[in-house]
Amino acid sequence: MNSVHDMGGMHGMGPVEIEKNEPVFHSEWEARVHALNLACGYHRKWNIDMGRHSRERIAPAEYLAATYYEKWLRGLEMLLVENGLVTAKELATGRAESKAGGASALRASEVTSFLRVRRLARVDDEVPPKFRPGERVLTHNDHPIGHTRLPRYARAKRGVIDRDHGVFIFPDTHAMTRDKKPQHCYSVRFAARELWGPRAGARDSVYLDLWDDHLDPA
Amino acid sequence: MSDHRDDEHAREHDRPLSGPALRAKALESLLVEKGLVDPKALDELIDTYETKVGPRNGARIVARAWVDPAYRKRLLEDASAAIAEFGFIGRQGEDMVVLENTPKVRNVVVCTLCSCYPWPVLGLPPVWYKSAPYRARAVIDPRGVLKELGSEVPEDVEVRVWDSTAELRYLVLPERPAGTQGWSEDELAAIVTRDAMIGVAQVKSPGQSKR
Repeated sequence: MNSVHDMGGMHGMGPVEIEKNEPVFHSEWEARVHALNLACGYHRKWNIDMGRHSRERIAPAEYLAATYYEKWLRGLEMLLVENGLVTAKELATGRAESKAGGASALRASEVTSFLRVRRLARVDDEVPPKFRPGERVLTHNDHPIGHTRLPRYARAKRGVIDRDHGVFIFPDTHAMTRDKKPQHCYSVRFAARELWGPRAGARDSVYLDLWDDHLDPA
Repeated sequence: MSDHRDDEHAREHDRPLSGPALRAKALESLLVEKGLVDPKALDELIDTYETKVGPRNGARIVARAWVDPAYRKRLLEDASAAIAEFGFIGRQGEDMVVLENTPKVRNVVVCTLCSCYPWPVLGLPPVWYKSAPYRARAVIDPRGVLKELGSEVPEDVEVRVWDSTAELRYLVLPERPAGTQGWSEDELAAIVTRDAMIGVAQVKSPGQSKR
């Protein structure tokens, strides 16, 4: 979707300011929000792509004004209600109407192994690649209302396949319908001037990870 | 680092909670009441990211690659496997790619769409990496960003920006600074910074002036 989360190339955002000796979390509630996201993910009611899409759907003005963990809190509230773990009324009142049935919560003793489990973005499906390293490609000129990992700044641009990462879940469908649609994901190299015109450095480039469904032969 | 948060925590007990703090607390209470989360697991998750993962992990990878050519080769060919040799595996580090800086190539990592970052080797991302200015500018004006951050790139050096749009996670292997011949792996790891492994700084030996 063409919202403000797709920021690559925007102007007017100000300088990059690096905080010296930055703490991991700036307050207790940020730490709790981070942990809540992971602990709720344990129930497997949504996937990582649905998680990203929840934060993208925060209204643009709110998105830009919110801090990072405010966005994660807002996104988590959306996911909990949309996927039936919490009702809208429970969220509004803060009171449980019923206990969650079925699966138990992540326990402290399980945290280490939970974080070490490989989540399966890379899949074993045998899908032939549409492109080989060195081949020239043209990205789609497409503006889906839903989730996509092809940013606006790289649409309808010419690039070269740098390397084939193998077969991965396709986030654009996985976020919307849970369809994994396994296909090859490639690192695609774009000359900076193809993306940004003559102001960009002549020898510079930007690499994006894109899937077969984003690309046509050029 | 945790001192800062403890201070913050202590202060939060003495004053009314702010909007998001209040909302987070209400949500946690609700989820605990429903049996969906265990507060002790939250404590354990927080402790993991505050004390067990962080850029010191990545620094050990870089230092090993600087002293051990066979390891460097493995790291550049199959980063996930080479990093797993140290036990740095799991969430947000499942499929790693290491990018080698050279006198002619500088690599810079960004996530323009969200905040993708290699947690097992660098910990959670700093605020600036997740901020609008960095996400907006790193792809269109990497030289300007690097110059502002005190790491100007000469004209004849190529800049490669890596936008983390998939589940591949990138770690920059910085150039080993001059004047560090004979240093031990631990001494080398101590000078490798988070920002150098994201690609917005170079590693300086202690003899060089600090910015």
